[in-house]
Order: sequence, then structure tokens, then C-alpha cells
Amino acid sequence: MAYNINHLRELEAEAIFIMREVAAQFEKPAILFSGGKDSILLTHLAKKAFFPAKIPFPLVHIDTGHNFPETIEFRDYLAAKLDLKLIVASVQEAINSGLAVEEKGANASRNVAQIPALLKAIEDNQFDALMGGARRDEEKARAKERFFSHRDEFSQWDPKNQRPELWNIFNGKKQWGEHFRIFPISNWTELDVWQYIAKENIELPQTYYSHVRPCILRNGTILAVSEFVQPRDGEEVKDMQVRFRTMGDATITGAYLSDADTMDKIIQEVASARETERGNRADDKRSETAMEDRKKEGYF
Amino acid sequence: MSDQQEIFNAESYSKMELLRFTTAGSVDDGKSTLIGRLLYDSKSIFEDQMEAVRSSSERRGDENINLALVTDGLKSEREQGITIDVAYRYFSTPKRKFIIADTPGHIQYTRNMVTGASTANLAIILVDARHGVVEQTKRHSLIASLLGIPHVVICINKMDLVDWNEDAYNAIKNDYKQFSSKLNVKDVNFIPISALLGDNVVNESEHMDWYKGSTLMYHLENVHIANDHNHIDSRFPVQTVIRPHSDEFHDYRGYAGRVAGGIFKKGDDVTVLPSGFTSKIKSVEFAGEELEEAYSPMSITMTLEDNVDVSRGDMIVRTGNMPEISQDIDAMVCWMDDKNPLKINGKYSLFHTTKNCRCVVKEIIYKMDVNNLHKMEDDKNISLNDIGRIKIRTTQPLFFDAYNKNRITGSFILVDEANNVTVGACMIRS
Repeated sequence: MAYNINHLRELEAEAIFIMREVAAQFEKPAILFSGGKDSILLTHLAKKAFFPAKIPFPLVHIDTGHNFPETIEFRDYLAAKLDLKLIVASVQEAINSGLAVEEKGANASRNVAQIPALLKAIEDNQFDALMGGARRDEEKARAKERFFSHRDEFSQWDPKNQRPELWNIFNGKKQWGEHFRIFPISNWTELDVWQYIAKENIELPQTYYSHVRPCILRNGTILAVSEFVQPRDGEEVKDMQVRFRTMGDATITGAYLSDADTMDKIIQEVASARETERGNRADDKRSETAMEDRKKEGYF
Repeated sequence: MSDQQEIFNAESYSKMELLRFTTAGSVDDGKSTLIGRLLYDSKSIFEDQMEAVRSSSERRGDENINLALVTDGLKSEREQGITIDVAYRYFSTPKRKFIIADTPGHIQYTRNMVTGASTANLAIILVDARHGVVEQTKRHSLIASLLGIPHVVICINKMDLVDWNEDAYNAIKNDYKQFSSKLNVKDVNFIPISALLGDNVVNESEHMDWYKGSTLMYHLENVHIANDHNHIDSRFPVQTVIRPHSDEFHDYRGYAGRVAGGIFKKGDDVTVLPSGFTSKIKSVEFAGEELEEAYSPMSITMTLEDNVDVSRGDMIVRTGNMPEISQDIDAMVCWMDDKNPLKINGKYSLFHTTKNCRCVVKEIIYKMDVNNLHKMEDDKNISLNDIGRIKIRTTQPLFFDAYNKNRITGSFILVDEANNVTVGACMIRS
């Protein structure tokens, strides 16, 4: 008797179970869509979960205004292809209206400024559940995250007072004004994600594959030259063959030298990587508990 | 990880299985060291993580690199040097992907241990070779048994501190066997290790020729887990109904859910609970693809030949293979609320499979002393971290199996109706 399924199928079954629970337990759920591979994966899983019906969630993008153009292009393409409603919350608008404050200084980023824009989008649209592609293997504060993560009326995460989560039973009960953050792919690792993307032949923005683009080296990190990243004194612009392991803001997402231009090569590269994928994200390097601090405030 | 480069090709990872295990231990028994060792020797710690641990160890004034810091997450945990919550860790070998639910071992964290144990295939229980079976060993074993973890590994750790002595190992093993005969654990293994030095964790020990068994890693990679699910009693709790409302799928009604037990095939005679309507399975499918059969833990969509009324919370079962159906439930409970104790005659919201109803606690039969398994019939105060046996009555009948037959249909949670917090984890008795 061989009634068993492999690890990718089991992770898939778990994620789909959770998405169906979200559809059943909440009134206004949405997918938080960053344009990165994890949220693309989430959208793919949602399509499988509800087939042949349409995905019952809109996509919500918190647009920092500092995106790679490929990310925005792909976002619009995917939403149109799946016929999904796309809600864009602009960080620039939040800054203009005084809701968020632009960081100052040479290494300023809009990472923290996303929080007020996100919270406003939740209030404006009255979302009661937001699904994200965060994984527990990414970062130590995320390792403690629940699948169903409760947020109070201030959208705060209280890591010391989380609801216990037992078996496959998910308690989505809440008071008026509270909401949940939901992480269907909590148990996936970076390698699982890539193996699954390869197996399912999921379309991704070209930035994930090796390509040549003008880059600079800053504080040991390779940054792509763009509207938002211009060379400073002493920095030399060079064409480099790179790819990205994660896609965040163009200002903080480091590229890797790589010739992995096919899915198989990417998997080989990920399997032999010596650094975590967020190891090159300036937002997490700020302090030991940078992620935990941001999450408590309402960050994803 | 250069050796993994060769190995992670499509062929091998398509056969990889997933094993979930839990580790429970206190500050000094070497649990964090063991996890650090498993991750380190299987080359699963990345350089930037190692760098963070190194600089953090320095700041704390630790003499050596403190591998335990690999497993600490929250600010307060790092400050206090303890694990408060369940932390999940991941690593893989070419054979299996592993999920570790790393839980604190102290009695005040029983609820975290129970949480970690609820989804585990296997439990690692650490015993200090110098101290043998202690209260904590018994408590962890009781929880593993109560939560129905199919496989238990007793790692007798710190063998280096008892001169790798076989008699010390055997004495502990015999002691444990005597105690555990009262428990319901099917598969127990004993491995003498030194987490600090790495003996028998990933690599075979050079100090214990007398031990002929496998290393911990070998055991984790090879223990037979395919039968951990119930493949006999067909249970399909309906999560949601899929109705596309499109021209192409005008009359389509798909019942979406995750198989909780048994095997479902096209043509099977099925009964829908609670209505009792019968029909035949028209198709078992997933994302538009028809499947030959479906079993736990697969998420699927099922269609039926007849247009019967089915909605969330209903259960589709094979006709002639019925679960128990009752509003009166006898269950073990682990209490998780730090504010209020379990109230006799108290009303709670109840989640069981995909069903949500209310219940009232009719009787507290006894509280269990988790250190020695004694039933305390005159102590019925069940508060945080206590385990006891209760009788409840539900507003609607539940369709269930005993927990020792099926961990999915045999478990439920209690939720406080005032603040929506999950307060009780319950396992239905046979």
C-alpha cells in the first residue's frame, strides 16, 4: 500500500486547505500581492483551490513607488489574465497626505512607510483577512508566526499572546474592527517554493532569471541602477549578469551574480546557497529584531 | 552544501516525504544544542544566520558560539535565553523534508508542547544520561501519548559525561520501558547520543561500539510514516461549495475539502451527514484534473451524481462506514487559557473539522497529574496547562471517531465566547 504524497503535494494540500478556510470563515478577504515570487505562488494556489470558479479574492498591492518596472508590469499582466480586481495602495500618496513619513538620509527606504498605507487600505476596504506569502524560514520573528495571525483594532501583532494553533483547526473568530493576517505557505522553504514553481511551470517576472543589467556595488550589495538608485561619488556603473532571489524595493533589494537562466539552474543554485534569501535585504539588517519590531506595528 | 547540488534534481525531490517532529526539553538538557547540531551537520544553517549567531554570542559574552541562539526568535526569548513559544524550523536531506516544532519543556509551557505535538509524526524526548528518567521525561511522554504521536525517539543525551557507558544507557532504557508500558505509544526507539560532540546525531559515534542501532538522522530519514494517516475510515469534511456560475460550468457543484480519512474513488456509494442523503461519487478532482483516488492529507474537490443539499460543516462518508454521531462527547482536554479556568456548566464555542457550534461543559471527571499519570478525582480545577477528562454536550451532533483512530475527526478546540481566544484542545475518547 503506497498511500502517500510527496512533500510538495503535502505543502500544496495544506496551503489550499487554508485558503479555502479563509474563503469560508471571512467576509472580505484579499491577497496581499507584492509582485514577488511568493505572492505569485499564492495566487497560483488560489486558482487551483477554487477551480473551476474564479479566485474569490482581490489582489492588494502596497505600492512603495520604488518598484522595479518589471514587477509592476507583471502585476498588471497577472491581474488581467486571471480577471481579478487589483487594489493599489500608494505609499507616495500616504506620504503626501502626511499619513506616512519619508525616511531621511543616504540609506533611507520606504519599508516602514508601507505600514500606514497598508493599514489605510485595510480600513478603506474593510478587509477582515489578508493573505500574504510570508514563510517561517525567512526570518526569526516569522518563525513564530501562526497561519491565522490575529491583529487587534490597531493592527498590532502581539507575539507573546498568540492564539494556540492546533491540528488543522483554524480559529478565525474576531471582534468588529479586528482582522487576520494569513500565511498559507508558512511551512514552505525557499527551495520548496522553487521546486514547486518548476514543477507547476509558474510564470515569473524575468528579474528572477539571470540577465545583464547596469549595477553598482554599495556596502557590499549589488544594486541595480534605476530611477531610484543612482551612482554616488566613487561608485562605478557596470553591466553585470545578475538575478534576484527576492523582489522588494529597488532601493534595498540586492542582486546576485548568477548565470542561472533556467528553472533547473535556479534550483541548483538555491540548493547550494550559503546565505538566506533575505541575507541581502537591507531592511532586515538594521537590527537583530528589525522584523519583529515592524511586525508588531502592523507590517506583514 | 556542495553535495546537495548533485542531489536536488527533479527526480529525487519528486519522491521526498515530509516528516513533522517535535522536540521538548528544558534549559539544560541540550535540546537547543541537538537542534543546532542537526541543522549544522546537515548543512542547513546559512552563513548569514551563523554570522548573526556569532555576533549575538559575542555581545552576550558567551564563550563559544552559542548554537542555541539559532533557535531563538523573539526579543524576550533572546534576552532570557529560553524558548517561550513554539518555533518552527526547517531542514531537508535528499530523502525527506523536516519540520521541527521546537517547544519549551517546562511544565508552565505544557500548552505549547501540546500545540507542537498536535501535528507531529514523531517526538524526540531528551533524557540526560546522568539523571535518567525524571518527571519531565514522563510529562513529555504523556503528552506524546495523549496527542497520539505515532513514533517516539528517546535520545539519551550527554553520553560523553557518563564515559559512553552501556550499562548507564541500558538502565535508563529499562526504566523508561517500565514506565511507558502504561502509555499508548506504538513505536519507541532509544538512541545514545552526545548532541554537544555530535555522536549518533548525524554521524555514527566512534565511542559506542556496543550500540548497533541507527543514528538519529538515519532514523528520522527512514522511519515508516505512510501509515500514520487513517486510510480505512472514509471521512470528507466539506469546507466550502464551489459554484462557478459560468456558462461553461453552469450546473457545477463541487464540494471542496481535505480528506480526513479513508480512500475516495469515483463510483463509491456515499452518505452525506447530517442529512443522511445517499449518492454516488461522480468525480474526484483537483484543479480540473480527475484523480483516480483521494486519501489523507490531500485537498480535493468532489462532485456527486445527485443534486443533494451539502454545505460547509457537513461530512461525506462511505455508506456503511459511518463515524460516531452524538451530541454527548467524552474527551481529554488540555487547558490553554491563562486568565480563566475551565468552567463547569460553562458555554464555549467549538470547532470540530469544518463544523462550528456551541457546547456546555456538563462534567469534569478528573484532572490528571501530568508527572505521574494519576487521576485526581477530587481535584477538578482545570486551569492553564492542566489536562483533564470532561463530558460536554453540543448544540449540534458531531460526526467523529475516537482520537486514537483518527487525529483529525477525533480532535476539537474550545473557544471563549467573550474574547474569541482558543482555550481548550480536546481529544475524543473511545
